[in-house]
Amino acid sequence: MQLRPIVGALGRHKVATLLIVLQVALTLAVASNALFIVATRIVHLSRPTGTDEAHIFVIRNGWRMGQNAAQIDANIRTDLDTLRHVAGVRDAFSSQGFPLAGYNVNIITRLKLEPDQKTRAQLATFYASDEHAIDTLGLSLVAGRNFRPDEITAIGSNDKMSPPGIIVTRSLADKLFPGGSALGKTVYLPDGPAAVIGILASLQGPLKESRSIDGYTMLVPTHYLDPAGVVYLVRTDSTAMKPVIAATLKALQERGGIRIIDPKEGVVTMAQERERAYAADRSVALLMSILSGLLLLATAGGIVGLSSFWVSQRRKQIGIRRSLGATTGDILGYFHAENFLIVSGGIVLGALLAFFANLGLMDVYELPRMPLYVPLWGALLLWLLGQLAVWGPARYAAKVPPVVAIRTE
Amino acid sequence: MWGYYVMLALRSGARSKALTALVIVLLAFGVSACMVSYAVFRATTSDPLPARSSQLYVPLIDNVGPSYNDQGEPIETLSYIDAMALWRARTASRLTLLYAATWQVEPENPLIPAMSLGGDAVTADFFSMFDVPFRFGGGWTADDDARHATVAVISRHLNETLFAGRNSVGQEIRLDGQLFRIGGVLEDWNPRPRFFDAGSHGTVYAFDDAGDIYIPFTRATDMKKDSTFSYCPTASSRPDTSHWDAYLHSECDRIDAWVELATPAAVDRYREYLRHYAGEQQRLGRFSWGPNVRLRNLTGWIAYLQVTPRASSLSMLVSASFLLIVLLNVVGLMLARFMRRAPEIGIRRALGASRSAIYRQFLIEAATMGFIGGLLGVALTLLGVWGAGGLFAPNIARLVHADTSLMALTVLLAMAATVVSALYPTWRASQTQPAWQIKITG
Repeated sequence: MQLRPIVGALGRHKVATLLIVLQVALTLAVASNALFIVATRIVHLSRPTGTDEAHIFVIRNGWRMGQNAAQIDANIRTDLDTLRHVAGVRDAFSSQGFPLAGYNVNIITRLKLEPDQKTRAQLATFYASDEHAIDTLGLSLVAGRNFRPDEITAIGSNDKMSPPGIIVTRSLADKLFPGGSALGKTVYLPDGPAAVIGILASLQGPLKESRSIDGYTMLVPTHYLDPAGVVYLVRTDSTAMKPVIAATLKALQERGGIRIIDPKEGVVTMAQERERAYAADRSVALLMSILSGLLLLATAGGIVGLSSFWVSQRRKQIGIRRSLGATTGDILGYFHAENFLIVSGGIVLGALLAFFANLGLMDVYELPRMPLYVPLWGALLLWLLGQLAVWGPARYAAKVPPVVAIRTE
Repeated sequence: MWGYYVMLALRSGARSKALTALVIVLLAFGVSACMVSYAVFRATTSDPLPARSSQLYVPLIDNVGPSYNDQGEPIETLSYIDAMALWRARTASRLTLLYAATWQVEPENPLIPAMSLGGDAVTADFFSMFDVPFRFGGGWTADDDARHATVAVISRHLNETLFAGRNSVGQEIRLDGQLFRIGGVLEDWNPRPRFFDAGSHGTVYAFDDAGDIYIPFTRATDMKKDSTFSYCPTASSRPDTSHWDAYLHSECDRIDAWVELATPAAVDRYREYLRHYAGEQQRLGRFSWGPNVRLRNLTGWIAYLQVTPRASSLSMLVSASFLLIVLLNVVGLMLARFMRRAPEIGIRRALGASRSAIYRQFLIEAATMGFIGGLLGVALTLLGVWGAGGLFAPNIARLVHADTSLMALTVLLAMAATVVSALYPTWRASQTQPAWQIKITG
């Protein structure tokens, strides 16, 4: 296949060629960035929380005004006892947050390895827990032991948090003690030291934005006595949660005067919370996919349209080539090669554009750098798309009979 | 003549059906993608208070210093100390201090369970500064602020729940166990974004509904009511509210402040005042850093907070690129379409048509195609807006609506886009040499 005559012929259609080149370039730049965003969102929204989400629901229980810490502590103990005895409930515990709930002021703390450490303390999120937390969340303890009932304390939101022992995730353990096992080691919370008594396979913190501290989570053996309210996490035996939710609410309502549970927002299943937490990410992913799809279709449509026009313009030329001995395969090859050349030009320009667009987006949307294989896959896709788009017109061109050469139109 | 050209356009469209259909469909998709994105973008970036936004300013004073501020920017709320200093100085024509909070409402009617409801503690000017509409009654006076009055303004929604929508002005409502006299009931009022308490309520909730309860700032402070969000320059950055007075006069930032400044000179004066105040605090030894103050107007403030959802601005960006690609496409297809008709142009020119006549004919043809593409675009836009519920997060999707201006804009954009992309092909067409065309076809 000789490329020189093809290039020469394209020189006679400078503007039309340039239009396709620009179109392919822009398509590559936009689609590769958009699809890269889709990929980052999908990675983000499919992160596992590490819990048995299908069987967990959460009750946001607000306390009525005027109850002191001792009353709230008693309320929580009674409520937990009630919850654990509802038919269909496997286990339950109380906390101040839950996975995917989002930021609140009482979920982040800092850990140090020495009491007077000068370097930056390690950020971590925590869940107020008791000995039922691991079973309720469906976590797996890979080393050490669970809390004992006698280790569970009760602290108010203004009290110091200084538990004797904590349970941490493996990623937090590895981060704190990269060399060896964290089990049995002491870490320093802002209010005092704590020993690592157990290590969990994984557990996501309550934050829903992807942050570097996502997997750095710990369980603190305490009932959190916030006068505003408490969160009850409940694990059910079956995935049919509706009746169990109704039964637990009914059980709690027997002592309804002490609490406020919002009729709309008060109870949420982990599945619903996942839906809600990632609604924006899903929206971005969906929109970008649809727009990328349309973009590629539009470009393909443009190639089909212009190629058909070229074919119809060159009927005579094709007829002459055919009568001089060119086979239909030669004609097909010509148009496919021509398309390949044009699309390649667009890809070179588009890869550059994609790179600069990514730089801009990194600034505005805090996007990571796009790896090289993304525009490469995009290029492959566009080459394929171009060949597919020129398929029809090329077939049509190959059907031009040699006799056209001597016919006056 | 125009009508004739439109008819010509329709005829030539009928002749090269595939090419015309392609142009129209591409246009319709490009334009409607842009319009759906625009409908969302418009809903999420619109000025919530167009009549006054240029006169309302948010003052910020950095009271936590370089080790605790937001990469050099002051924290988005004021400390109680600084808020009270601005309040006492009264350098602006109007000023309101406010913060978001939650109250427990215990209805007198035993059939209605107790509720925990959000709202704001505000000062008297809040209602007039933000043009808050009232259904019954009104706000309170500066005098009520000074007396720490137990007066409340409630939302229309809460009035429906508690008083079945009747005029409840003068009735009482129990908030956190204290009785408040209802001074006013609001009309439906949901500024988007919820700009007025974005600092103390959190920008994450910028597209949630406004609250149900408004009580005097001074009274809420007496009730030891903390704001929804509070930022403290301490190791844990957690507020310690166990000693209320100490907490109140700590460096914890939790109060939104707004000032009304009518003229640029007043803005300059106020900025100077803020700088002077911060400088004074530095001299007094409270700040160990130089004056670091900000004064942004409403639109600047919303832009600074970056409340516009990512989905909205990203889809605007990508659909604009989509339209650009579609236009490049349309230029190519138009070129093909017009070049194919070189013989026709040659004959028209030979028969005495001027270049400008050719221009007119082809631009009108382009506009006609644009119009048809626009009509199809309107249908697709309606479809897109209707489907926005599935595409955007629920709190954003419900803000999106299609109106006549959006429809008109769709058609206009489609026509303008086609005419612009037809300029070059038309120029090429008008360059056709009559003699040459006639010779070849002859």
